Amino acid sequence: MNPIKEHDILIIGGGGAGLRAALSAAQLDPKLSIAILSKVYPTRSHTVSAEGGCAAAVGKDDNIKNHAEDTIIGSDYLADQDAVEFFVKHCKEEILLLEKWGCPWSRSADGAIAVRAFGGMSKKRTVFAADRTGFFMLHNLFERTYLHPNIHRYNEWYVTKLFTDDKGVTGVMAIHQKEGEMQAFRAKAVIIATGGAGKMYKNSTNSVIKTGDGMYLAYDAGAALKDMEFVQFHPTALPKTGILITEAARGEGGYLINNKKERFLKDYVPEKMELGPRDMITRAIISEYRKGNGFNGPYGKYVELDIRHLGEKVINEKLPQIRELAIEFMHTDPVKMPIPVTPAQHYTMGGISTDIKGQTTVPGLFAAGETACVSINGANRLGSNSLAECLVFGAQAGKYAATHAQKNKVRSPSAGQIKTETGRIEKILTNEGNENPFKIRDEMQETMDHHAGIIKNEKSLSSGIEKIKHLQRQFTKIKINQNNTVFNGELITTLELAGMLKLAEITLLAASRRRESRGAHYRTDYPKRNDKKFLNHLLISKSGGIHMTPSIKTEPVTITKWQPRERKY
Amino acid sequence: MTKKYTIRIRRYDPQTGKNWYDIHNIYAERRMTVLDALNQINEHERAGISYRSSCRMSICGSCGTIVNGKSVLMCNTFLKDLEDPVTIEPLRNFAIVKDLVVDTDAAMEKLRDALPYTTFSITKSRCESVQTPKQLEKIKQTSQCIKCMLCVSACPIYGLDYNFMGPAAAAIAYRYNKDSRDHVGEKRLDSLTGRNGVWKCNFVGECSNVCPKNVDPAGAIQKMKVMGVLHCIKSALKPKLKSKSKSKK
Repeated sequence: MNPIKEHDILIIGGGGAGLRAALSAAQLDPKLSIAILSKVYPTRSHTVSAEGGCAAAVGKDDNIKNHAEDTIIGSDYLADQDAVEFFVKHCKEEILLLEKWGCPWSRSADGAIAVRAFGGMSKKRTVFAADRTGFFMLHNLFERTYLHPNIHRYNEWYVTKLFTDDKGVTGVMAIHQKEGEMQAFRAKAVIIATGGAGKMYKNSTNSVIKTGDGMYLAYDAGAALKDMEFVQFHPTALPKTGILITEAARGEGGYLINNKKERFLKDYVPEKMELGPRDMITRAIISEYRKGNGFNGPYGKYVELDIRHLGEKVINEKLPQIRELAIEFMHTDPVKMPIPVTPAQHYTMGGISTDIKGQTTVPGLFAAGETACVSINGANRLGSNSLAECLVFGAQAGKYAATHAQKNKVRSPSAGQIKTETGRIEKILTNEGNENPFKIRDEMQETMDHHAGIIKNEKSLSSGIEKIKHLQRQFTKIKINQNNTVFNGELITTLELAGMLKLAEITLLAASRRRESRGAHYRTDYPKRNDKKFLNHLLISKSGGIHMTPSIKTEPVTITKWQPRERKY
Repeated sequence: MTKKYTIRIRRYDPQTGKNWYDIHNIYAERRMTVLDALNQINEHERAGISYRSSCRMSICGSCGTIVNGKSVLMCNTFLKDLEDPVTIEPLRNFAIVKDLVVDTDAAMEKLRDALPYTTFSITKSRCESVQTPKQLEKIKQTSQCIKCMLCVSACPIYGLDYNFMGPAAAAIAYRYNKDSRDHVGEKRLDSLTGRNGVWKCNFVGECSNVCPKNVDPAGAIQKMKVMGVLHCIKSALKPKLKSKSKSKK
């Protein structure tokens, strides 16, 4: 075992939120030693796949009050309104900061930052860089880290454990994939920025790396998870692959069409049509399928996204990636043909419970981005708020982790803790079972697709929990065939799976506990929103061992100016 | 409808130093990619092949390999477009870590020489810099680089001289030099025209041929050579101009 490495701040995850946090901390105090541990090269993080844009009220006819109101209504009143107010106030300065750093935001003819329409937003407020916004932001942030000598990068290091003592977080254990070695770290503060847990589902827009690692690490370390029952399904993904076709395609004027050649959203969100919020459009598509109005394709039902009327010039200028993806992966040129699309899991609204400083319920442990739940997204996130969330709350987590590091002394994880964790990994590597981790993963994903999908009810949720528990038992008999520890994909998959099996159970459990329908959480047995009983967050934490059923408690939603009323578009 | 393919995968085990080719038969439907095939071989046959992948939509730049002799991303390379047997090998010009995983750390570190950032040292911004669509157009092509390292793998110069900054870092340097918001230009040109900079390139152009995002690093390097010459002339004249103005005083 190598000697323990030490940094002031460890950031787990090198996507939008993690890199923004690193830059924020590095600027605040150049003397702090900041390390980013990412299981992939930071530029491979899922932020890279974000397409449509990043929200900020920069338009002349817009203001932060409108942005806050849209976000809160979009959240079906589950967002904490103080957090939303803080968020909308800081979006613009983040956009302008990236603009100074060289992010190639798309421009209007006069050279001002351009904005486009997005679902659930009452004004044009989505700032964009063509339809590769996440890619441009991520690379811009990544390149910026080269300016700061106090930012250290550990590329392709997989964190397996957060260490804590009675005063809070003390460090982490990680696998250095290139060397196939384990390494312990100690630090004054740790920021988790590992993204969502979309790969609990098979039908998902997410990268294969989106396995909820940070959520599980935090849960295991005693931090509370919040609102885990709220999973967003994006209305427009390519069938089979789940590749995202951005909402910007509709923002720029695209139509959704059923097999009757109708713009069917007139029956669901007549005032907003294609610019309705994601949860409602997704349910509208499912309802069309049930009415027999979907198209039948080799990979299941679909509807059509038609952008032909925008013309080749607009498509090439504003939606070049969509055209490229449709041609590459569907052999369909959207200039000439409508794109077949169908809903797919897209985003986890829930996550590690934090306040607006990014502070979790464990001292010294911070979280930001999709992995965190502040909450600004509530029961349904509006498109383009998540990139902005990565910037605003990434910066916050960096700032407050830096302040925490300045005020506190470093404490080491104990030799016993390190030995136990090394032993755990070795045991997984040498486990004498006969189960295939990939098979268990596939079964978990199918279970989540069927039991925790767009439409839920008690029967399917409780049988889903049973199935996941069965898979958890099978997991104890897992067998890893790959014995070389260098870039051991089977080991990493198995560790990711261990976490996801717990997160899947938690998601189902929370969904079962929430006996109402709100935002993306829709139950046929409780089809109405119930503010009397459920205008609150569900906080889930470990109770006893990691294999025990978690404890659930409620926390009221913070209401400042916007009293809940019926959500209609 | 499925078709049978023979997949040959170059393997390398760092613990034993052994090199070999694995051969797997696979039945693929029309839309199966090389990446899908590897996933299937690993998951069904438990072959334990190491390779990188993430987004599976040709934007993250993880899955670059050599397929039938060509540097490609595996996620957007379809079996139906390839000749059977399909041979998958690690990228060239890099040390092999294991199987198809190569060590790109040094090449990524070369980005440092590109000074890939603007000089603004601000932490907060309340005003907007105007950038016209025409100015944006100048950085449009080179800012598409996904850092997949296919260009570095294809570069014959990098293969002979690891000190060369390589096409990826050069394209990114060009992108920042042409950014209307940048003020670091002169310093960056010093770095680019230095010993390991753009002069080492002799314009074979392979980097641009393999780029999956049409960044054209070769074109960017040639333009930087011109910028470099002008920069050299300017810096050679500068002291003289200065001393002239001094002597006038």
